[in-house]
Amino acid sequence: MTTTPSIELETKNLCAFFGTFKAVSDVSLSIISNQVTSLIGPSGCGKSTFLRCLNRMHEEIEGASISGKVFFKGKSIYDMHDPIEIRKHIGMVFQKPTPFPSMSIFDNVIAGVRLSGERNKKVLAELVERSLREAALWEEVKDKLHTLGTDLSGGQQQRLCIARALAVAPPVLLMDEPTSALDPISTAKIEEWLVGMKGKLTVVIVTHNMQQAARVSDQTAFFLSGELVESGNTGVVFTVPKDKRTESYITGRFG
Amino acid sequence: MDRSIDQGLAKLQQRLLKMGEYVEQALDLTLRGLMSGSPDSFSQVNSIEHAVNTLHKEIDEAVLVLLAKESPMAADLRLILAVFKINSDLERMADQAVNITRHGKDYLSKPPLKPLVDLPRMMDAAREMVRSSLDSFVHRDAELAKQVLEKDDFLDASKEKIQMELMQFIKQKPESVESAMSLILIARNLERIGDHATNIAEDVIFIVTGADVRHQGKTA
Repeated sequence: MTTTPSIELETKNLCAFFGTFKAVSDVSLSIISNQVTSLIGPSGCGKSTFLRCLNRMHEEIEGASISGKVFFKGKSIYDMHDPIEIRKHIGMVFQKPTPFPSMSIFDNVIAGVRLSGERNKKVLAELVERSLREAALWEEVKDKLHTLGTDLSGGQQQRLCIARALAVAPPVLLMDEPTSALDPISTAKIEEWLVGMKGKLTVVIVTHNMQQAARVSDQTAFFLSGELVESGNTGVVFTVPKDKRTESYITGRFG
Repeated sequence: MDRSIDQGLAKLQQRLLKMGEYVEQALDLTLRGLMSGSPDSFSQVNSIEHAVNTLHKEIDEAVLVLLAKESPMAADLRLILAVFKINSDLERMADQAVNITRHGKDYLSKPPLKPLVDLPRMMDAAREMVRSSLDSFVHRDAELAKQVLEKDDFLDASKEKIQMELMQFIKQKPESVESAMSLILIARNLERIGDHATNIAEDVIFIVTGADVRHQGKTA
C-alpha cells in the first residue's frame, strides 16, 4: 500500500523582488518531507533567490521583498513576527564554507544551540559528537575538537557547517550550491551524506551540477528566468522531461 | 550549439544503420536462394553475419564509452539505451538469417514437398517489418513504428498456419518429415525476425515519446 507523502514546505504564487526587479515569478512548489529536492537551472534563473525565501533570508537583503505565500508544515512563515524563529527549523548551508573564525570546532557546532540557552556540558558534548557524526566528520576531528574550525580543509569546513546546522535539529536544511567550491573527494563525501539523509531530513539543494542533482535528489525542480518550468520525480525529469525547455537545458543545449 | 555528445551519437547511429543494411541484405539473399531453388547465395549470408557480429561488439563498446564520458540525459539517454537494445535485435536477426540458410540448404537438397506460397509471403512481410522498423528509427517516426507492431500478428498467424499444414502433411506422408521440419523451422525463424523488428519499433516509440509500449496486447 503506498502512502501519500507529506508536504514539509510549500510555496503558493511566490514572487521575489529586488526593488522593482522580479527575480522569482509566481512559483508554486511543494517540498516533500524527508526527501531531497534539487533546484536546477542556468545562472540567474532565480533558484538561489527562491531558496532564500524559504527561510526568510531573502528579506535580509536591502530592498528585497516577496509576494505570495510560503507555508512550513501548513503555517505561513511570512505571517510570523520573528524570522529567526523560522531559521531554527529551516537551517541553511551556503556555497562558501563559513565556520565562525574565532571559534573551535566544538564551539562552532554548538553556536546555535548555545543561543537557545543550553549550558549543560554533558548535553553539549553529546550533541557535538552526534552532529559531527551525522555530518560524517567526527572520525576526522574527534581528537582536535578544540582547534580552530578555520584550520580544517575546505571540505571539512563545509561538513562542519552542516554539523552546526544539524545541531539545532532542524527538520529542513537548505543548501545553496554546497559543493561548488570543493574538490571532488569532499564533494563525494557530502553527496554520500546527502543520500544518507533521505528518509530523515528534508533537504532543498540548489546545484549547477546536473549530475549531482541526478545522483542525490528524489525530486527536481527546473527554474528558468525566474519561473518554475517543471518539477517532479528526479528519474522522470532526467529521462522523460515534459517541457522542451527542460529537455534543452538538461541535454546541454543551453545554460 | 554543437555538443560533445553529438559526434558520438552520430557515429553510433551510422554504425547501427550499417548493421541494419547488412541484415536486410542477408534476408534478401536467403529469400532469393529459397525461391530460386539454388543455395549459392546462402554462403554470402555467413560472411554478412561475421560483419554483423563485428559491428555488434563495436557498437556495444561505443555505447559504454558514451555513457561513461557524457552522462547523457533525457532523449540522448533514451536513444543510447535504445541503440544498445536494437544492436542486440539486429545481431539476432542475422543469426536467424543464417539459421534459415541452414534449413534452406537441407530443404533444397531433397525433392520439393510442394510449391512454396505462404513462406515467401512470410519472408516478404518479415523483410518489410525490418525495413519499416529501421526507417522509423532513422526518421524517429513513432507512427511508422506503430504500424510495424500491428504487422506482427500476421507473422505469428502465418507461422501457426504453416506449422499446422506441415504437421498434417507429415501425418499423411511420414517420409516427408525432414523436409517438412526444415520448412517449419524456417517459418519459426521468420517469426522470430518479426519479433525482433517489433522490439526495434517499440524502442523507436520509447526514443520519441518516452513511453514503454512493450508487452501490450499480448494474449496468453
